[in-house]
Amino acid sequence: MAPAKSQFGYRRHPDQDRPGQNPAHPVVVVGAGPVGLSLAIDLAQRGQRVVLLDDADRIGEGSRAICFSKRSLEYWDRLGVGDRMVDKGVVWSVGRIFHGEQQLYQFNLLPEDGHKRPAFINLQQYYAEAYLVDRINELPEIDLRWRNKVTALEQRNDSALLTIETPEGAYRLNAQYVIACDGARSSLRQMVGAEFAGQVFEDQFLIADVKMTAEFPTERWFWFDPPFHAGRSALLHRQPDDVWRIDLQLNRYADPVVEKKPENVRPRIARMLGHDEFQFEWISLYKFQCRRMDRFIHGRVVFAGDSAHQVSPFGARGANSGLEDAENLSWKLDRVLRGRSPAILLESYHIERSAAADENIRESTRSTDFMAPNSHQEARLRKAVLSLAKETEFGKRMVNGGRLSVPCSYDSPLSSLDADTWRGGPSPGCSMLDAPVATRAGEQIYLTDAFRESGTDFTLLSFSNGAPIDAPDGIKGIRIGGEGGLADPSGLVAKRYRAEPGAAYLLRPDGYVAARFRHPTRSAIAAALARAEGLY
Amino acid sequence: MPLSTSSNFARPDDAFRAIVEAHRGLTAEQSADFDAALVLILANHIGDIDVLREAIGLARRRMIDGQQQQQQQQ
Repeated sequence: MAPAKSQFGYRRHPDQDRPGQNPAHPVVVVGAGPVGLSLAIDLAQRGQRVVLLDDADRIGEGSRAICFSKRSLEYWDRLGVGDRMVDKGVVWSVGRIFHGEQQLYQFNLLPEDGHKRPAFINLQQYYAEAYLVDRINELPEIDLRWRNKVTALEQRNDSALLTIETPEGAYRLNAQYVIACDGARSSLRQMVGAEFAGQVFEDQFLIADVKMTAEFPTERWFWFDPPFHAGRSALLHRQPDDVWRIDLQLNRYADPVVEKKPENVRPRIARMLGHDEFQFEWISLYKFQCRRMDRFIHGRVVFAGDSAHQVSPFGARGANSGLEDAENLSWKLDRVLRGRSPAILLESYHIERSAAADENIRESTRSTDFMAPNSHQEARLRKAVLSLAKETEFGKRMVNGGRLSVPCSYDSPLSSLDADTWRGGPSPGCSMLDAPVATRAGEQIYLTDAFRESGTDFTLLSFSNGAPIDAPDGIKGIRIGGEGGLADPSGLVAKRYRAEPGAAYLLRPDGYVAARFRHPTRSAIAAALARAEGLY
Repeated sequence: MPLSTSSNFARPDDAFRAIVEAHRGLTAEQSADFDAALVLILANHIGDIDVLREAIGLARRRMIDGQQQQQQQQ
C-alpha cells in the first residue's frame, strides 16, 4: 500500500493558551480536503482571515477522487494552482464504452478548440491536496491547524462556539461562521443534528489503483459485461506515475473483507489486464450512496462538499461538485462578513447548490441503476439498449456508463431574467464560457485569464460598438474589441456569447452569468447587480 | 403536441397484425426482449418526452383498470 504522501506536524497555537477567553475568528473551515483547502484559499485571496482545522496530520492514503473537471481547473487557476495540477495530471477528453469485446461507441467531452483547460485531468487526490497545502503556505491569512478535531459545537445568535481537541488537550474558539467540509461522515453534521437522507445501492464495487507500465491510451474505458468479468461492469482509467484506476462491479452478496484481500483482487485484475505485472497502490470496496442534507445551512454552520451531499462515482461529481460549492460560497461569505451584502445572500448558496446536488444525485442514480439493474425487466431494457447501440445512434446515447460532471445552471434568485431576445450564449444562471482572446500587446490569453486578472469580482463583459458603456461605479470590466479592449481574433468570444457589438454580460465573482443585455443601460446593470448582491 | 389516440393507421388491422406476427414463434422470454427493444425504438421515434409520459400514463391506467375488472370477476 502507498504510504502517506505528506505528513504535517501539530503545532501549538496561542489560541490554546487563552482559557476562558474563547478567541474569536471570522471563519473557521473544518476539514482540509480539496473542498476545505480550496475554500480557505479563495477566502484568503479575498482578504479574509481563515482558521482551517483538520483532525489528521497528513494527506494521502489512496487516490480517491481522480477526475477533475474543466470547471474545477478554471477555479484552481483563480486560486493559483491550476498550472501545477494540469502539469502533473493526465489530460483526457475521450471515453470508450464496450459491450463484451466490442466497442459500442466513443465520446469526446470537449470536441472544440479554444479553451484554456481540457475537459478533464486525472490526478490523484493526494497530489491535488499537496499542491493546495503548498499554496496555503504562501498565504499568511490562513492558519492551518493539523490534529485539531472539533468535538463540540454550540450555536449562538451571532457565532458558533467550537470545542477542539488536540494532542495537548482541548480549547475553544468562537467563529462568526463555521464551514463544514469534513466529508461524507461529517461529525459537524451530527453536531447540528441534521439527517443525511438518501439511498444506498446494494451492488458493491471494488476500486484498485495499480502501478504498471501499459500502452493503453489516456482515455476512459468502460465495459458492460466484459469477457474478463462476465455479467458485470468494469472501468479502466489512467492516472499520473503509471498508476491505473480499475473499478470492478461485484455482486451484492460479496464479502467485503474477503474481496479486499490483495490475493483475491490480484487474479481479477490479472484476468482484466492479461498479465500479472502490477503492484497495488490502493484497494477499496464500496457501495454507491446518494444522499444529501435537507438544508446546507444550519445557523452559523454552512456545509460544503461531501458533508452536504454524497453521490456515487462514475460521474466525477463528488470532488468537482464540492469545488463548485466552494467557489459558490466564498464570494458570498466574503461579502456578508464585510457587511457589503445581507446575510440572506448565503441563502442563495443553499438554493443553488442544493439544486445542483439534486441534479448530481439524479444523474448518478440513473447511471447506477443502468449499471446494476434492479429487476429482470430493468435488466431486459438495458439489454435492449446495449444491443440497439450496436447499430443505432439513439441506442448509443442511451447507454449510461456514467454521465460526467458539467457545471450546473442555476435557477437562482440572484439572476435577472433576459429582457431581450437571445439566440444562444450562456443565459443567466449559467457558467461563463471560455474562449481565446488577445491583449493589446498581442499576447494570446483566454477569457478565463482576463476574468481572473480583473479580480474575480462582479465583472461586466462588454462587446464594443465604439461607444463607451455607462456602467455603475466600481464594477470591473472586460471589454472585447474597440480601443483598449481585448481582441477576439478567432471570433469565438462573440460566437460563444452570441454577442453583437454593444451587448454586455454581468458576471458574478464565481464566473456565473447574473444578467445580460443587448442594449445595456446604467440603471438596468445597477438593478441586476443589486439583485446578484443579495439586495433584492 | 399531446398524445394522439385517434386512429392514425389507414389500415389498423395491418399494424396490429404486424406486431402479432413479430411475436410468433418466440418464447415468453424472447417476446419480452422483443417488446423492450420495440418500445425503445418507438419511443425514440416519437422523440417527445411529454408524449412518452402521456403514453406511459395511459398504459398504466389501462393496466390498473384491467386488474380491477379481473378482481371483480373473481
